[in-house]
Amino acid sequence: MTAPLLDLRGLTKAYPGVIANDDVSFAIQPGEVHALLGENGAGKSTLVKMIYGLVKPDSGTMALNGAPFSPPEPRIARLQGVAMVFQHFSLFEALSVAENIALGMENPPKPRDLSKRIRDVSQAYGLPLDPESLVGDLSAGERQRVEIIRCLLQDPKLLIMDEPTSVLTPQEVEILFHTLRKLSAEGTAILYISHKLEEIRALCDAATILRLGKVVGACDPKQTSAAQMAEMMVGKSLAQPGRDASEPGEVLLKATGLSLPAASAFGTPLRDISFEVRAGEVLGIGGVAGNGQDELLAVLSGERPAPAVAIEYDGSDLARLKPEQRRGIGILSAPEERLGHAAAPDMSLTENAVLTGATRKGLATNGFIGWGRARAFADEIIERFDVRTPGNHVAARALSGGNLQKFVIGREILQDPTVLVVNQPTWGVDASAAADIRQALLDLAQNGAAVIVISQDLDELLEISDRFCALNEGRLSDPRPARGLSMEEIGLMLGGAHGMEEAAI
Amino acid sequence: MIRLEKRPTPSRAWSLGTPLLAVLLTMIAGGLMFAALGQDPFETIRVIFWDPLFHERFASFSRPQLLVKAGPLILIAIGLSLGFRAGIWNIGAEGQYILGALCGAAFGLAFHPSESPLLFPGMLIAGLIGGWLWAMIPALLKVFANTNEILVSLLLVYVAEAMLASAATGWLRNPDGQGFPGSRNLSRNPGTDNPELFAGTGIHWGVLAAFIAVIAAYVLFQKHMLGYQIKLAGQAPRAARFSGVNPGRLVILCLGVSGALAGAAGLFEVAGPAGQITIDFNVGYGFTAIIVAFLGRLHPIGILFAGLLMALTYIGGELAQLMLQVPAPAIQAFQGMLLFFLLALDVLSNYRIKLGREGVA
Repeated sequence: MTAPLLDLRGLTKAYPGVIANDDVSFAIQPGEVHALLGENGAGKSTLVKMIYGLVKPDSGTMALNGAPFSPPEPRIARLQGVAMVFQHFSLFEALSVAENIALGMENPPKPRDLSKRIRDVSQAYGLPLDPESLVGDLSAGERQRVEIIRCLLQDPKLLIMDEPTSVLTPQEVEILFHTLRKLSAEGTAILYISHKLEEIRALCDAATILRLGKVVGACDPKQTSAAQMAEMMVGKSLAQPGRDASEPGEVLLKATGLSLPAASAFGTPLRDISFEVRAGEVLGIGGVAGNGQDELLAVLSGERPAPAVAIEYDGSDLARLKPEQRRGIGILSAPEERLGHAAAPDMSLTENAVLTGATRKGLATNGFIGWGRARAFADEIIERFDVRTPGNHVAARALSGGNLQKFVIGREILQDPTVLVVNQPTWGVDASAAADIRQALLDLAQNGAAVIVISQDLDELLEISDRFCALNEGRLSDPRPARGLSMEEIGLMLGGAHGMEEAAI
Repeated sequence: MIRLEKRPTPSRAWSLGTPLLAVLLTMIAGGLMFAALGQDPFETIRVIFWDPLFHERFASFSRPQLLVKAGPLILIAIGLSLGFRAGIWNIGAEGQYILGALCGAAFGLAFHPSESPLLFPGMLIAGLIGGWLWAMIPALLKVFANTNEILVSLLLVYVAEAMLASAATGWLRNPDGQGFPGSRNLSRNPGTDNPELFAGTGIHWGVLAAFIAVIAAYVLFQKHMLGYQIKLAGQAPRAARFSGVNPGRLVILCLGVSGALAGAAGLFEVAGPAGQITIDFNVGYGFTAIIVAFLGRLHPIGILFAGLLMALTYIGGELAQLMLQVPAPAIQAFQGMLLFFLLALDVLSNYRIKLGREGVA
């Protein structure tokens, strides 16, 4: 093999109280698609930030093409051929694709030349994209293409991608993989971060596995099973969530022709949504975020009033009931956004336990809060859902995303709902905690609750759902039994309206 | 290089300590300013903070004044703190204060010269309603027309001032006053008087009401769902809606309570220390109460102390003008410094200061 493109030796970075990277060494070959694996908090982000010049290592060296490489800032890293596509896009919705790309360039060419180059690159790599369209009108997959093309215009030698597929439909993933393989064939190395092990097996040539900041192994993903990789990541074997088969009971929650106008200019209207979910059943709702997921959760939780008779619970009209009244009869929910929506960032966990638990857990009598009971409830959640925190007095914002997610889901599950609606229940949660949350959702259904899981993670939905449907541009497809659905069928259900066909190559 | 690092959990010690530190820094910076004006800084600070309470000649007059001035400030600030905690900004307490005084005084004068024991309670209710109604204008406009309550409530202050002038010179003018502007003196009629309840303390019904408001607000925020919802709506509006808080109802409630309390403060003032409706009846309590609310970190007990401190700087400031000929703008600048330092130090309860360089993170 030739000399490595990027050689990392003994990289160490410590933050107060935690060593993010401890003596990390590995090498990336030219043209290689290299996977970086690890749970949340394993140190993947810190590592790529060091390579991209966002963070300075405490010790250790990097070499790019044999020459010492220590970028003091991302600009220098980009000049030397390292580009990065972040998980969260940094795009202006009110500007066009070309304008957004020009903003990220050191010396942007004239608009007309730039548009031409964007077209050339998007043709060459099969990434359909119109330089003149407004970013606000684009799907998540198309926005990601903007970021990728912005990187490709710099002709990078190493492209870092952080969780690129989490927002894509299966078809969009295929397009992306096609592009990445083409780049790799041309000699561009790709450092690929993902939780989705099957994708890594399909795409990557090599993998480095991090755990608690240390390199704990390397493998050839094509030769290693997903279960083996997961075990290396977690350090123990994972229990597969499961439950005994049981017949679903009567219909608990039913939506008929539910339509709702968009709340804001960039919101999504709900269009003629109908579904029913039975006691003991898990209904999975797939789809890329921004297609009405937040809106659907808001009408089911009672945050937004629904048109009369559009939603029925156990045969009675829900539309007029306020969130607290719905909780009173057992309809609970957990929104996607943890900080600021499901939980108040600056409030303690005890106070956050009161946020939804006041009615159902009897935490308030005549409006007066029983703080003792609230603390006991918070402690119960912390204990039962293994929330890692110094105590119930800690502010929600001090918890890591995964831990707060466990708290939020636990808070609803421990209230013993008859209907539970969750949006992205395991978003940003590491593998073992995600498995625990899924098991808890299944146990809930087993005990006779109706569970609606809204998620972008199709593997998750197929694993726990009895029936599956997809939300696309505010429309819900007809639910179908999840067992036996193929990825292609799901892709079609997701509508895949955004750039299904690859650009002519 | 100095950097700020966000604390994972707000520091309790700092949120209690910053007001004291702010007072200390105000004394130092204010002392420098007074020295630059050619005054003895130590003497000036002593006259402002010490003499009103302990000077052998002035204290007997200025000590009761402390509660007379602090009473309305605290009462109004407690009302405002409800809204401020919920992110609802009532800047027009001054107008609600005027309307409370006008309605209460008009009610009392309508029954002149009755001495019925029911008259004063009736005036209080009229005052509460007057302030409440004046606050309902920005509240309803915000809920139903999505206007900005800051602007509407503030502009209504000037409307209220115009109404005050027309009352003092027109429809509430004393018929026996030889044509001078100003209403009959309410405090000279036992039926409408808001007297000093304990001689030499300055405590009148309004001061008692302020203390009751402090206790009620404390219980509300510590123990009650409503107080919890107010805090929640201020800190995380989406989480509040998810929890089931109706934002419109909260706007109406918070503006209503702050308006009613400001109205009550106006009534207590017009029936007691001021005595009558005059053109210049309002002296800015409604605006100063905003400072008091923040100085007390929107906490009821904090507001109690902040109101007393603010009243002290007012009385002390007047004393300094009188005794040392310190110019009035210098006193105002001094009071401004207090707010400045408090808000500037506020950052310490949520951030810690890091000295020295570290890699870009």
